[in-house]
Amino acid sequence: MNYSTTQDVQDIQWYPACMITDVPENGGVCVKYKEEQIALFHFARRGEWYASQNLCPHRRQMAISRGMIGSQCGEPKVACPLHKKTFSLIDGRCLSDEEDCGIKTYPVKVVDEYVYIGIAGEENGSEAICA
Amino acid sequence: MKIIVIGNGMVGHKFCEKLLTRDKKAEFQITVFGEEPYRAYNRVHLSEYFSGKTAEDLSLVDRHWYASNKIELYLDDAVVEIDKYNKTAISSMGRKLPYDFLVLATGSAPFVPDIPGTSKYGVFVYRTIDDLELITSYADKAKKAVVIGGGLLGLEATKALKDLNLETHVVEFAPRLMPRQLDESGAEFLKTKLEHMGIHVHLNKTASSVSGKEKVEALEFKDNSKLESDMVVISAGIKPRDELARDCGLRVGPRGGVIVNHKLQTSDPYIYAIGECALFEGMVYGLVAPGYEMADIVASQLTGTDKAFRGFDMSTKLKLLGVDVASFGDALAMENECRTIVFEDRVWGIYKRLNVSPDGKHLLGGILVGDASAYNILLQTYQNGLALPQNAEDLFMKSGAAAGKIAGGGIAALPNAALICSCEGVSKGAICCTVKDQGIYDLDGVKKITKAGTGCGGCIPMIKDIISETLKELGKKIKPAICEHFDYRRQELFDLVKVHGIKTFDEALDKFGNGAGCEVCKPVVASILASAWNELILKQATIQDTNDRYLANIQKGGTYSVVPRIPGGEITPDKLIVIGRVAKKYNLYTKITGAQRIDMFGAHVSELPLIWEELIEAGFESGHAYGKALRTVKSCVGSTWCRFGLHDSVSFAIRIEERYRGLRAPHKIKSAVSGCVRECAEAQSKDFGIIATEKGWNLFVGGNGGSKPQHALLLASDIDEKTCIRYVDRFLMFYIKTADPLTRTATWINKMEGGIDYLQNVIVNDSLGIGAQLEAEMQNLVDHYKCEWKEVVESPALRKHFNHFINQPGEKDPNVRFEELRGQKKAVDWK
Repeated sequence: MNYSTTQDVQDIQWYPACMITDVPENGGVCVKYKEEQIALFHFARRGEWYASQNLCPHRRQMAISRGMIGSQCGEPKVACPLHKKTFSLIDGRCLSDEEDCGIKTYPVKVVDEYVYIGIAGEENGSEAICA
Repeated sequence: MKIIVIGNGMVGHKFCEKLLTRDKKAEFQITVFGEEPYRAYNRVHLSEYFSGKTAEDLSLVDRHWYASNKIELYLDDAVVEIDKYNKTAISSMGRKLPYDFLVLATGSAPFVPDIPGTSKYGVFVYRTIDDLELITSYADKAKKAVVIGGGLLGLEATKALKDLNLETHVVEFAPRLMPRQLDESGAEFLKTKLEHMGIHVHLNKTASSVSGKEKVEALEFKDNSKLESDMVVISAGIKPRDELARDCGLRVGPRGGVIVNHKLQTSDPYIYAIGECALFEGMVYGLVAPGYEMADIVASQLTGTDKAFRGFDMSTKLKLLGVDVASFGDALAMENECRTIVFEDRVWGIYKRLNVSPDGKHLLGGILVGDASAYNILLQTYQNGLALPQNAEDLFMKSGAAAGKIAGGGIAALPNAALICSCEGVSKGAICCTVKDQGIYDLDGVKKITKAGTGCGGCIPMIKDIISETLKELGKKIKPAICEHFDYRRQELFDLVKVHGIKTFDEALDKFGNGAGCEVCKPVVASILASAWNELILKQATIQDTNDRYLANIQKGGTYSVVPRIPGGEITPDKLIVIGRVAKKYNLYTKITGAQRIDMFGAHVSELPLIWEELIEAGFESGHAYGKALRTVKSCVGSTWCRFGLHDSVSFAIRIEERYRGLRAPHKIKSAVSGCVRECAEAQSKDFGIIATEKGWNLFVGGNGGSKPQHALLLASDIDEKTCIRYVDRFLMFYIKTADPLTRTATWINKMEGGIDYLQNVIVNDSLGIGAQLEAEMQNLVDHYKCEWKEVVESPALRKHFNHFINQPGEKDPNVRFEELRGQKKAVDWK
């Protein structure tokens, strides 16, 4: 299984976040990467993985990873558990009424038993973290 | 065609939006100059900057918006000269750009009265983000602040200073606050409210000078009095920014403002002026809604539609320091020109005044202070000249929707031209068309297409009503399907799950649904599965709402609260000590809940299993405070101690609570048992309540507190304990199987055809012949009860998920912050 989102893969460093079995099927976990908190989701039914920031921009709470995931017209999404604002996991835009607050998304790939989160070049201070 | 917009405020930005929408052939090249370094931001909500919003939060669009719409945006670069003859604009940074049309959206500047001392250190105006930053940093050293100006803007500034914890004074030269919008009594009510908040109001005061050596020390008045203060904020009105127009020879008004015609053209037909810098028929429109209307008119002029400006209704509704204030139409009509109806409630600080035409048929205007819930419908009644009902006072005795029904048929009676969203200028007709012609049936969709309700949001209830009215008109009966993934009602899905023996969400989705599910259908199916089989809900943790997933209640900041079961509210001193000990050990905030239990707040997710472990050790179990489940059975002390008690209400309450504990339902279930008719346990406000009588027990059902309180109805009287439990079994099971998601028993019975009589027939007379089946199903659930906390504590696999970071087990979320309050901790307020 090898899945990644459509971002330019050139300058991405792959951070090995956890094992496949660490993440509940059709659910999410929170991954710590330096000072960042990244929400990682496993859409087991579709065999897809997504990642986004863990911070819900609505009330600035670290909660997205505990949200329920699902789809809207086929597009994968996550709902913040606090006030049920939903966000696309493709481009991070808010699918609820407040369109101006989006979240950052990250590419994900799975190699063997490991799940990697792609950190874009500019954010990645260290060359050591890569797949 | 080249368009230059001068000014990147709310109106200048709106113009860009409107022109883009209308520019179907993409023939316009737009360039925007902004004097401030920030992209267009929401000036109306400026005071939120003090309550922690950042410039980015206030911004109207994200930083890519202009670029992705191919608009050149030059910030921090003011246009300094317009060369009308060569149709060129020259900026302070030396940019020299030609235009075909130029739009002035330069807005206004605060009006600073001509008194000595206004240039002293510590005198501020209140207009831009930079002003706010200056005020904030100066306020650190200040204790006391005065605002000059008790109008709309002045009171906004007052709120801002109050938020900075300063002793705040507001000075107004008129004899009342908000003299343009409020009459004497209305202003008096507002003043009282502000004074209750600790704001000092000074009326009839004209400032004569600001005194102090270098910095402000006091504000002096014409009557020779003075008010000592560390800082002064001037918010006494606006003056249009017309200096560019003046310099290039455009006509301006005697007191400022670029003169415009119906098309909003200035004296040069290639230059338009919109928003607060424009002067139309002798008037400057200092609100955002008319500015938006002007923006739309210029955009339509440029794209070949001949739309004209005809003035604008200056009705306003706003929340000032938490107080509703609204004024519409001719709010200040003289007594001899109209009949007035006045309502005053000094207890709650509510003042309402309606001005009615002398023949009593039409509404001319009005004022609302303290409660403006009827504003929308009153405004519509006034704007559309609807005939008033015979008892016009009913219009404000009832609020919101209720008032709408009285006012000549409400929503349905409004003409299509009625303006519903005044921020975005959307009419009732436009909303109806979206529903009828484009087939958009939900609020979100209508908001997206029409933009209605995206400004202040005050019109959203009306938009909802219009959508449902229009659907009714179309003869559409929307099937209340659960969501896009399941085309069934909850009751249908419940039956399918039972009949097909479905045990997991995935099976249900495969067989009866589509897609990946969502935050709506997952908890519904989770609740159905729990009600049908009563298996451990954490076997399918990811379909549970967050509270069910972590078996605790998520609170502000992302920590959780823990409520152990205390059946009937009876607890031994030893167990109280255990709760105290655990709360102390994990530094938890404790509070008695409304349901005779004790809640412990502020636990990190990784601490939950540890806390439960200690509680279970001491004989506690989960209280299911997190679930749509039986919460508590409250009791009075009953015949064991009370001299009036007829039966032992505590023992019966414990028996009931232990029978139904953990029972999952469409919504939470509350219950109570009272030992006599004095009803100290308030059983008639519960989903099911039991009250002792001389001969046995009376059983009530369908009560609830909450936002729409409702009393329970009598289901059966003078029954013994065994019969009572049988009826409750049937009642709860029937409710669980047939109610829609998130429907309390009260609403369920209200919607039931035949109501309580029908329900009584089913439960007591077993008219459907399902009594025995319901009892058996309930017994099955009771037999399968297990404490969910215990299951987690004993399972390493389940415990693993009680960590904030999957790759740093045990490490707590570093973003969680607490503050101290009355000797305990509390979550810090969110932004």
